[in-house]
Amino acid sequence: MEQQEAKALGLLAEYETPQALMAAAEKVRDGGYKRWDTHTPFPVHGIDDAMGIQPTILPWIVLGAGATGTLTALLLQWYTNGVDYPFLISGKPLFSWVPAFPVTFELTVLFAGITTLLGMLALNRLPRLHNPLFDVKRFARATQDRFFLALDATDPLFEDSSARALLEGSGATAVEDVPDVPTNENIPSWMWQVAIVLVFATFVPLGLIAASYNSTSTTPPFHIVGDMDWQESYRYGEEVPFFDNGQAMRGALPGTVAVGELEEDDAFYRGMDDMGNWLAVAPVEVSKSVLERGRERYNIYCLPCHGESGNGKGIVHERALALDTSGWLIPRDLTMDSIVTQPDGQIYDTITNGFNYDAETGTGNMAPYAAQIRPEDRWAIVLYVRALQRAANASIEDVPADKRSAL
Amino acid sequence: MSSQYDLEIQTALEDPTSRPHLVMGGATFASIDDDVAGVSEGFLKKTSLAWYAMFGASISVLAMLGAVVVYLISTGVGIWGNQSPVFWGWPIVNFVFWVGIAHAGTLISAILFLLKQDWRTSINRFAEAMTIFAVCCAGLFPAIHVGRIWVVYWLFPIPNQMEMWPNFRSPLLWDVFAVSTYATVSLLFWYMGLIPDLATFRDRATSKIRQGAYAFFSLGWTGSSRHWHRYEKAYLILAGLATPLVLSVHTVVSFDFAVSQLPGWHTTIFPPYFVAGAIFSGFAMVLTLMIPVRAIFGLQHIVTLRHLEVVSKVILATGSMVGYAYAMEFFVAWYSGNPYEQFAFTNRAFGPYAWAYWIMVSCNVISPQLFWFKKLRQSVPALFVISIFVNIGMWFERFVITVTSLSRDFLPGSWAYFQPTPFDALTLIGSFGLFFTLFLLFIRFLPIIAISEIKGILHKQESHH
Repeated sequence: MEQQEAKALGLLAEYETPQALMAAAEKVRDGGYKRWDTHTPFPVHGIDDAMGIQPTILPWIVLGAGATGTLTALLLQWYTNGVDYPFLISGKPLFSWVPAFPVTFELTVLFAGITTLLGMLALNRLPRLHNPLFDVKRFARATQDRFFLALDATDPLFEDSSARALLEGSGATAVEDVPDVPTNENIPSWMWQVAIVLVFATFVPLGLIAASYNSTSTTPPFHIVGDMDWQESYRYGEEVPFFDNGQAMRGALPGTVAVGELEEDDAFYRGMDDMGNWLAVAPVEVSKSVLERGRERYNIYCLPCHGESGNGKGIVHERALALDTSGWLIPRDLTMDSIVTQPDGQIYDTITNGFNYDAETGTGNMAPYAAQIRPEDRWAIVLYVRALQRAANASIEDVPADKRSAL
Repeated sequence: MSSQYDLEIQTALEDPTSRPHLVMGGATFASIDDDVAGVSEGFLKKTSLAWYAMFGASISVLAMLGAVVVYLISTGVGIWGNQSPVFWGWPIVNFVFWVGIAHAGTLISAILFLLKQDWRTSINRFAEAMTIFAVCCAGLFPAIHVGRIWVVYWLFPIPNQMEMWPNFRSPLLWDVFAVSTYATVSLLFWYMGLIPDLATFRDRATSKIRQGAYAFFSLGWTGSSRHWHRYEKAYLILAGLATPLVLSVHTVVSFDFAVSQLPGWHTTIFPPYFVAGAIFSGFAMVLTLMIPVRAIFGLQHIVTLRHLEVVSKVILATGSMVGYAYAMEFFVAWYSGNPYEQFAFTNRAFGPYAWAYWIMVSCNVISPQLFWFKKLRQSVPALFVISIFVNIGMWFERFVITVTSLSRDFLPGSWAYFQPTPFDALTLIGSFGLFFTLFLLFIRFLPIIAISEIKGILHKQESHH
């Protein structure tokens, strides 16, 4: 509080030519000053010596960045194509040096290049939009056609009168104080408020994405770009104009077998032994679950005609009689003797290929069910039919003694 | 387009022992500021109808490009003429064309800087800007050619839900790295060069907005000698980095072709031949742009006839290299004894695309040979006309390479003649709209000549007296 006057931050001297500046710089350097600088519109060669500027460490920083780029590129290519997702191309090694070269070179240059600019700015303490020198009006010519020397008042040797005398005697056309203009360097509060709101606003879309990611929905996902999700195409069972049979679905070519569908096992797939005789007993293991499966399939495919108990009086049959459809072929009673005595293999064959069925005209007693019922399910139905037959032809003796009273 | 300075140089050139000055007309530091900053500041003083007319035209063409790109993305690449067997049609031709042009800027800034060619200072800023705008145009084509542009990020090694990575053994991926690195480093180089000049603009600014904008982008530059020291070192390093980079970019672009096994593409001459062609086309574009700009804005004493003449010599040299490469391709095709290779080249020169081949040869090989004559090297109209021919020729070179090899490959059953659609032409024209829009904005708002470097040259020139 001793000084009432605003203290100057330093002294600024102006010169008309680079040569004059250079001479002055040598004097200031020899005067032992440390905190000072010269400002010129273009790099004046020789001023580094005149000022005693030490070589910059920038090249070493750039070297480090370049080496980082090289290493990053090599690791990236080795890890992505050789380890994490091996790209096997023409039996070539997963990682080799020659094809890795271009990307390695480019990343080396990229890392080094970015570091060169940012390193230069960082070492120069730039960007620095406010500088006390800008408060001196004449300093605007430092980027145009004048040459300046600025002595900082914080230099230990700085003493106003001697410094001023030194500069004035160095060929300066003008020597001026650098005023200490108080500036409000704080960021205005409204900027903070806007910034806080913006930061929170950026979380809103992320939050919405996270919320929808962790929830279920009954509506289909929203596609910004459909890609190939919605193409015009025919569906199974649709009629098409351009195939002979008018079906969109293409069947297997005659005489061909798809992989895994050879069905070599005659016993299982056709119900025959090697000699071509019907198998007497189904080639599957009998268990409660298989019988349950058989009942389920029977009730879906067989019950409508053959009836729930296999007596041949299914609802379709009843309806056909009610309509008095002439030519209706009466479904067989599955529990009659001629079927009870059939081998398992023959019943299986009837389910597979139908009964008295003419494939050409699509008429006959019963159509084949090979397309609808899988082989193991056909055998399950055979077993269930056996159970129905047993039930239909049973006597009271077949019922366990403790359940008889329930009948 | 001739001026008093053009006459000055012609007389100076008579004496081979002395070279004309790089900066003429008794320029001072202040007058250079007035001249260069005057270009941008002139727009504030006087409404330039010519600028508005050109900008209006460019931005209309750019808007047309935008419409074509929207149509392309919403419909698919089928709107172009790319069809079996020529799936690389005009988009790749245009890409290589623009990338080639982009080579002059960094070459002038970096290689000529390392070789201490002071004449570069008058045109480097301009050429660097041209480079960046040409890279923008070049980058557009592969991006829109990928078809599904919304997944264009698949080009980059970004972890994704498919848990897949790009194939680092594909030249197309190398291209992604080469072109994006080139774009980034060119931009850094350009911006770094601009910082001191933006500070000059800041200190000359009369309006608050102008001053604020230039202050922001000049980052508080004060011309401190301690800063200049690091700045010059950084510039030297960037030049050293950009020199191999500029040579690598078109080498990698040539790999897109040379690494495949198609006759006419699978040749080891491609990298040097492409690089020479790129420099050739880039310098031609520098002439095409610089000649009208120096005349319109009265910069003949900074960009002198000597500069134009040096550029024409570079064009002559690189044009001859390109001509040599054309001849060498035929020699190698014959000498290899490979019938497919031989057919590819006979087909180029005498097949269905012979017209394109001979346009290419006339523009690229014959027209630059006129620069052997000093009279033509010093005639501004001749320089301008030949530079246009070279631009046309270099577009056709890429067309010939891309289309002739693809349209007749190993299987005669798949041969077909390439038919471009109107949208091919509109996309190419539209890319010029993008280029000129950026270029006109550059002229209006930025220092088109490296002011601080010119002052350095002027100082050097004066101290030699």
